[in-house]
Amino acid sequence: MKVRAQFAFVFNMDKCIGCHTCSVTCKNTWTNRKGVEYVWFNNVESKPGIGYPKQWENQEMWKGGWELRNGKLELKSGGRAAKLLNIFANPDLPQIDDYYEPFTYNYARLQNAPLSEAAPTARPLSMLTGDPMEKITWGPNWEDDLAGEFAKRSVDKNLENIQKEMLGQFENSFNLYLPRICNHCMNPACVAACPSGSLYKREEDGIVLVDQDKCRGWRFCQSACPYKKVYYNWESGKAEKCIACYPRVESGMPTVCSESCVGRIRYNGIMLYDADRIEELASIGNEQDLYEAHCKIFLDPNDPAVIAAARAEGINEDWIVAAQKSPIWKMVIDWKIAFPLHPEYRTLPMVWYVPPLSPVLSQIDQGKLPVGPDGAIPLASAMRTPTKYLANLMTAGKEEPIRVALNRMIAMRSYYRSLNVEGMVDTRALEAAGITEEQVKEMYRYLAIANYEDRFVIPTSHQEERMDDAYGFQGQNGFTFGNDSSLGISKITLFPRRRKETPEPAELAPPADR
Amino acid sequence: MNEIFGWNNLIFGIYPYICLSVFVIGSWIRFDREQYGWTSASSQLLSNANMRLASNLFHIGVIGIFFGHLIGLLAPYAVWEAIGLSSLGKQDIAMYGGGFLGLLCMIGGLMLLIRRLTNRRVSAASRTSDTFILIWVLVTLGFGLATTFTTAHHAAQGSADTMMAMAQWAKSIVLFDPKPELVASAEMVFQIHLFFGLTLFLLFPFTRLVHVWSFPIGYLARSYQIVRTKRNLVAR
Repeated sequence: MKVRAQFAFVFNMDKCIGCHTCSVTCKNTWTNRKGVEYVWFNNVESKPGIGYPKQWENQEMWKGGWELRNGKLELKSGGRAAKLLNIFANPDLPQIDDYYEPFTYNYARLQNAPLSEAAPTARPLSMLTGDPMEKITWGPNWEDDLAGEFAKRSVDKNLENIQKEMLGQFENSFNLYLPRICNHCMNPACVAACPSGSLYKREEDGIVLVDQDKCRGWRFCQSACPYKKVYYNWESGKAEKCIACYPRVESGMPTVCSESCVGRIRYNGIMLYDADRIEELASIGNEQDLYEAHCKIFLDPNDPAVIAAARAEGINEDWIVAAQKSPIWKMVIDWKIAFPLHPEYRTLPMVWYVPPLSPVLSQIDQGKLPVGPDGAIPLASAMRTPTKYLANLMTAGKEEPIRVALNRMIAMRSYYRSLNVEGMVDTRALEAAGITEEQVKEMYRYLAIANYEDRFVIPTSHQEERMDDAYGFQGQNGFTFGNDSSLGISKITLFPRRRKETPEPAELAPPADR
Repeated sequence: MNEIFGWNNLIFGIYPYICLSVFVIGSWIRFDREQYGWTSASSQLLSNANMRLASNLFHIGVIGIFFGHLIGLLAPYAVWEAIGLSSLGKQDIAMYGGGFLGLLCMIGGLMLLIRRLTNRRVSAASRTSDTFILIWVLVTLGFGLATTFTTAHHAAQGSADTMMAMAQWAKSIVLFDPKPELVASAEMVFQIHLFFGLTLFLLFPFTRLVHVWSFPIGYLARSYQIVRTKRNLVAR
């Protein structure tokens, strides 16, 4: 047993309202720079839909993630020799139009235009070339709230094995929001595919990062990540990805996306796992067993043997306590209501999702939906979103675990309805769903109330143990590019400099006071 | 005095050392100080059309030509004698092999150049040095291809003297015993090709060409997963 700690996430899709606050705060913090205008470390997709980049879930097309070859784990895009043979032109690389052409508007025109009969318009400008764009045809969330035709949306990989035709009709349509960041996988395909060895997983907290100095821009990480969450900065020629806001997390703060989430759907916490079992569990034959296999890799932080082993690995006491109080552990293991995204990619992702309930309010009012013993709350099988769809998203198509989770979430509502509306305790639904009254009270506290200190249990990194001279570190500012944060700063260089300016409108807007 | 500062001596006796010094020391300094800018600077994300063909033709051609020159110019005569290759036979291999690879490289390179100049996205993302170095490589290549015709003329006369003189000159440079006079008798096209080729080494550290140093051959022997720890900082 080799105990490692992993900084992990749960996103409660049941409460996501698709407001994109996470995306915008993340964008403003990390990717508001030249070369990464098209990059969203965090994005929220409306499902069903093809997503960002287009059809990222279609691995026959993109060859992301891992597959089993003769029972052995191998990158779907090919092994090491295949990578080197394709190094001059990556055959699986998405194009920028698969994401979208980043754009801004010529806002100054609105203020500078001469007096005219018609109101002036601000034309879109490409942030790649600075040229005016005739028409914007795709964006980072073009399908927001099911925008567009069903025919286009229905290419969604998760609609496989589902009677699609029916879902195209308005009465049968459904919508859910899928917030996505890097999954900081335990078996990351991006790390494995990087020929330069620039991507790595941190031993202390499992955050996956790109070493900006070591990256040579071969771009295999971008195609190998099945979630398409590694991006290529076309300006710097380096790969960039979600950094799990490590400068914040190291000092005990939640990530920007988690902190700013107005729906309070995001949970950050520590999970202990057995690093020796990664390969074994990621190579389970049947795809549908991968979710259960993934659950087996986690170690019980209350088990004395695990605690002893964790201490032996040098994991600090406060990290062990954090693992014991981890909201992730409760949802993933105790209550079994959270699931990994597409376990069939075999990367062992560490952002887990609580599936959304989707009752139809007016149908309940009309008494048309089958309900449980409380006579008011509909059954999991009567939800608007097909269980199969959620299963395709989170358990490689296995519906039973999803149904159990949904029933537990329904039972929680039923229990609290009996308590608050009927004024009496009715535990029939709890018994049917296989949870105790005690558990459901805790579930309620974590899911419905979602206190800040319950959602975020983040121990600080122990930098003080890792530095000989903390004073020498003073004044270094963490996340910057190039040499500007190293000790020897030279203002003059013979070598190419980074160009910082993004194409902006040629006309600048006049100052606000004029 | 006149001899030392004669054009021939300057360009084929002294200049090679300037170029090679800048090539080695410049690459070293850049690797040491400026790794953030050390990248292949790929633009495949912005435009993928014909990239598989163009980029592969160019790179396979240019790598073949590089090793062809390296072996052809620097391998000791004893090697050729040992495998029973006459100087004329060697010249034929250089002519046909080099010509073929040069053609591949030229086709791919021109495709890449046209793309760089005409594709709006690629040209907007290009640095001046990207376009400049590509043109420089292609001009060097063009003169190199032109020399194959001169060589063919020599071969028709049953002579491999120029080629042998080139190889001898290259060896004299590497062995720190420069003999620029060996090049003086060669046709102008050889001399121009040499000058452009030498200058490529001079320009190398200041352009994206540095990615050549980073061909990740070590990947073949590496384990897939990489885990870094901060703990060993304590031990340091």
